[in-house]
Amino acid sequence: MKLIPSVIAIVGFFLLCGIVLILRGQNAIEFYRTIYLSGFSSFDEFGSVLFNATPLIFTGLAVAIGYKAGLFNIGCEGQLFVAAFAAALVGIHINLPSILLIPFCLCAAMVAGAIWGGVPGLLKAKFGAHEVINTIMMNFIALALTNFLVTSVYKEPDQMIPHTSQIHDTARLPRLAGMIWFLPDSNYLNISFLIACACVIFCYILLKHTRWGYELRLVGNAPEVAEYGGINPRVVTVWVMALSGTIAGLAGVADVMGYRYRFADSFSSGWGFTGIAVALLGRNHPFGVFAAAILFGLLNKVALDIELFMNVPRGLFLLGQGILIIWLVCQEGISKRLKA
Amino acid sequence: MVSMSGRDIKEIKSMILDLIPSTLRMTTPIGYAAIGGIYSERSGIINLALEGIMLMGAYGYVIGAHASGSAWVGISVGIGLGVLISLFHAVATITFHAEQIVTGISINILALGITEYLIPTTERVPSLPDIGLPFIGSYSILVLALPILMIVSHVFIYYTPWGLRLRAAGESTEALKTLSLSRAKWQYVGVLLSGIFAGIGGCFLVSDVHHFTKGIIGGRGYEALAAVIFGNWRPLYGVAACLLFGFASSLDIVDVLNIPDQLIKILPHILTIVVLAGLVGRSRPPEALGKMKS
Repeated sequence: MKLIPSVIAIVGFFLLCGIVLILRGQNAIEFYRTIYLSGFSSFDEFGSVLFNATPLIFTGLAVAIGYKAGLFNIGCEGQLFVAAFAAALVGIHINLPSILLIPFCLCAAMVAGAIWGGVPGLLKAKFGAHEVINTIMMNFIALALTNFLVTSVYKEPDQMIPHTSQIHDTARLPRLAGMIWFLPDSNYLNISFLIACACVIFCYILLKHTRWGYELRLVGNAPEVAEYGGINPRVVTVWVMALSGTIAGLAGVADVMGYRYRFADSFSSGWGFTGIAVALLGRNHPFGVFAAAILFGLLNKVALDIELFMNVPRGLFLLGQGILIIWLVCQEGISKRLKA
Repeated sequence: MVSMSGRDIKEIKSMILDLIPSTLRMTTPIGYAAIGGIYSERSGIINLALEGIMLMGAYGYVIGAHASGSAWVGISVGIGLGVLISLFHAVATITFHAEQIVTGISINILALGITEYLIPTTERVPSLPDIGLPFIGSYSILVLALPILMIVSHVFIYYTPWGLRLRAAGESTEALKTLSLSRAKWQYVGVLLSGIFAGIGGCFLVSDVHHFTKGIIGGRGYEALAAVIFGNWRPLYGVAACLLFGFASSLDIVDVLNIPDQLIKILPHILTIVVLAGLVGRSRPPEALGKMKS
């Protein structure tokens, strides 16, 4: 039953796109065929879909886990920027064998993300300051700070583009193409996808099968009851925000260590904000988030092909996404109205 | 500061003279959006959609001005689209009790989608007229109208019965009901006013540079929201906060101190965090902000 609004949203989304195409005087069947071909026609294509979905799995989980505790983490974008920068710094300056350097980089990124998410949590716990505004402010600060660092101190010399030098080879997350025979070498899908899967399972177990998860959900659903039961909501607020920031930070890692191998200015195409849509569509359930992220990954990948082959602006998908989330946030109110 | 003393007085004077117009230009768009945000939040509806509303305002302006060749048509279409998109926010949050923060963000995504799907012209469009005033020079009419709007809004919110009702909608879920007035009606008024004013803010951005680009708002909607909170949900303080934000951004353009501009831009955001934490003065939101049920 919980899935019905999401299914309606997805079916509605594709129908809506089809209708818009017919109104444009184009062939809607051709449109669906392009989506299928671009997303599922080969392991290579589907691997690219999963590659596109990877950062969204992280940001979606980050938003969802905060939401379960009644917290809005709008700051994923900032968290993933500082985390990406931290990973890049370690990857550039330290040269160690992979087995040490990759965990080092991951730790640096996770700590940076945890701080960036934890500060708004701490401010909420200590001063009652709303986490939404503070995470937005932290976004601005993260973007300006990393922009400053990447255009001045850490800019790769003799380059017009503001990006850092490349990280050491040993800091790179291996591509899955080398391990799975049916993926061609050109496919970008890498270990970060497996880390994302691990995060999904981690969040599921945390939420469903641990005391911490129970406390988290209780604070989200009934803070007074939680307090009465001896749980300190302030403590939960701080660690949930820090955890949320940590997971969001891994989205930055996926780019720096798995794709670009450097920190590039404004590398994220709004993953932090798309994460909110992903969490909403996935009903804040780890497995739901996983599925929703793959759908959004598919849309991101297909958008390029649709633009290229069918001359349909990729804004169509953004437009559809906007309507899809507005429906999802309204659906409870709408169904209540219909019943009344 | 060492480098400052090295420059001669004339140079410093001309820099300060450059700073004033650029500060006003940077302040104006967020100033309108912040006033819009104040109306919405005073009525109890959190408005994270300011960014998207501004974008629709800018988009409407460029479409209207390009089609008709008149800036006035541009601003009318801009306001119209701003109101239209804020109506989405109003219906979702007030009628359907949707989660206000998420709705705001989805409005922003929707607005971005609209402008990327139907990409408007990149040609030069006319801008709103400048008005020359003695001593302070010549400025766009929207720059000069902002202080007037600020004062009118202050009077409206604090000294009229309508303002009292708008505030009552934001302070309590029950207050208006006891007067047999509709809370929802006043919340619609608040959100739609935010559509008008944030829309004007977006129009100004296009009018100022004659062009529309997809990144034209560049987070100004969120900055305006910060200014609302920084200014304690009051029009006078809110615009003052925008002035501070505008000043910080124009230091970047004029390049006064030898401090990297990105670091100067961070300052207002750190200040907002500090103010929100109550370390310096206390920022108090309307009591029933974001609450739909009692």
